[in-house]
Amino acid sequence: MCLGVPGRIIEMKENYRAIVDVNGNRMEISVRLTPEVQVGQYVLIHAGFAMEIIDEDAARETMQLLLEVMEYGQL
Amino acid sequence: MASYSQRLLQVIRSTNREISLMEVCGTHTMAIARSGIRELLPPNIRLLSGPGCPVCVTSQGDIDSVIEMVRREEVILLTFGDMMRVPGTRSSLQEERSRGADVRVVYSPLEALKIAENNPDREVVFLGIGFETTVPTVAVTLEEAREAGLHNFSLFSLHKLVPPALELIMSDPEIRVDGLICPGHVTAVTGLRPYETLAHKYGKPCVVTGFEAVDILEGIVMLIHQLQNSTARAEIQYKRVVKPEGNPAAMDAIWRVFETAPSRWRGLGMIPDSGLQLRDEYAAMDARRKFNLPEMEDIPIKGCICGAVLTGKKIPTDCALFGRSCTPLEPVGPCMVSQEGACAAYYRYTPGKRKVLE
Repeated sequence: MCLGVPGRIIEMKENYRAIVDVNGNRMEISVRLTPEVQVGQYVLIHAGFAMEIIDEDAARETMQLLLEVMEYGQL
Repeated sequence: MASYSQRLLQVIRSTNREISLMEVCGTHTMAIARSGIRELLPPNIRLLSGPGCPVCVTSQGDIDSVIEMVRREEVILLTFGDMMRVPGTRSSLQEERSRGADVRVVYSPLEALKIAENNPDREVVFLGIGFETTVPTVAVTLEEAREAGLHNFSLFSLHKLVPPALELIMSDPEIRVDGLICPGHVTAVTGLRPYETLAHKYGKPCVVTGFEAVDILEGIVMLIHQLQNSTARAEIQYKRVVKPEGNPAAMDAIWRVFETAPSRWRGLGMIPDSGLQLRDEYAAMDARRKFNLPEMEDIPIKGCICGAVLTGKKIPTDCALFGRSCTPLEPVGPCMVSQEGACAAYYRYTPGKRKVLE
């Protein structure tokens, strides 16, 4: 139920609405919960709302950290 | 990436300890079943499903109240699809629709605004099911409805908060959980604080995890790492989405519109401050008050052990009904209805379910 899909903000509109691209499909969502979002950024979409701005660098960080921990045989 | 997953699995398999982890979120239950992770884990690492499927934890009495309400001619009920087939004591929303009730499935609560606008002579009710992820979207919708001056729109709130239910599970001596795979999208809203409190209070590690197979494996590795080092911290594996502070704009939206109230959970009973009701300023949009709906009693479903499954006390295959009289085509309990219910996930994806059928 708490499913989220990533989409890229293409255009900002009035009243905190935005057009996003989700896998090639365009849809209108509300960005009232991520008011600072900019065109071009990726967001996580749930029930027609952008819930979070997605940060891909942070994801790579977790993987790097775990790889390092495994290298050193701490696990 | 395959080799990275394999390395994570190797690490998990190198542990000899008996470890029980609870995946709190229904979306995790589904992802774990679909990816076959449960079968890839060694027998000493157990994954238990938790109370994180909103449809499943909705109490029988509340479902019966909703069904009572849709029998009113003026009502258009809008709901997320998951609720349609959930059996009440005598009927389901789907059955009511086939008898003429106006029940419509929506993807976003925002759709309710247009439907209310286009049907000024009807009463449009949104069925509010879901946790902290969904609640802010409903809160914003109510604010927009008020701004637009919509008088024929209301909310039937069955919304619930995740941390109070986890608190109850952690303090139950009958439930053995060594660590929590915490819900990614709920925490994206709440932030890490509730899990820091839980980890500290009960001495159990908590890792907020994403929904890809590799996320879940990473989450499990992070939990095992903490258990081996005897630490109990709240950590985030799902950093690309979840920030430690959560989404303050979303939390603000919740508290502008809602306040906590006691709520009945299937399998866990009444939990204080675990539900959300509309604040007095929004009383006119509260469907319970608007239609003067009575609280209805929970009538247990005979033979169904959904309650025990939702708290990790039993697994779906322990149920005498599983795969016999209760299947996704003809579900008896909610855990078999919702795609992310533990029973439905086991039924669809667990090899060996045939054995149960024989």
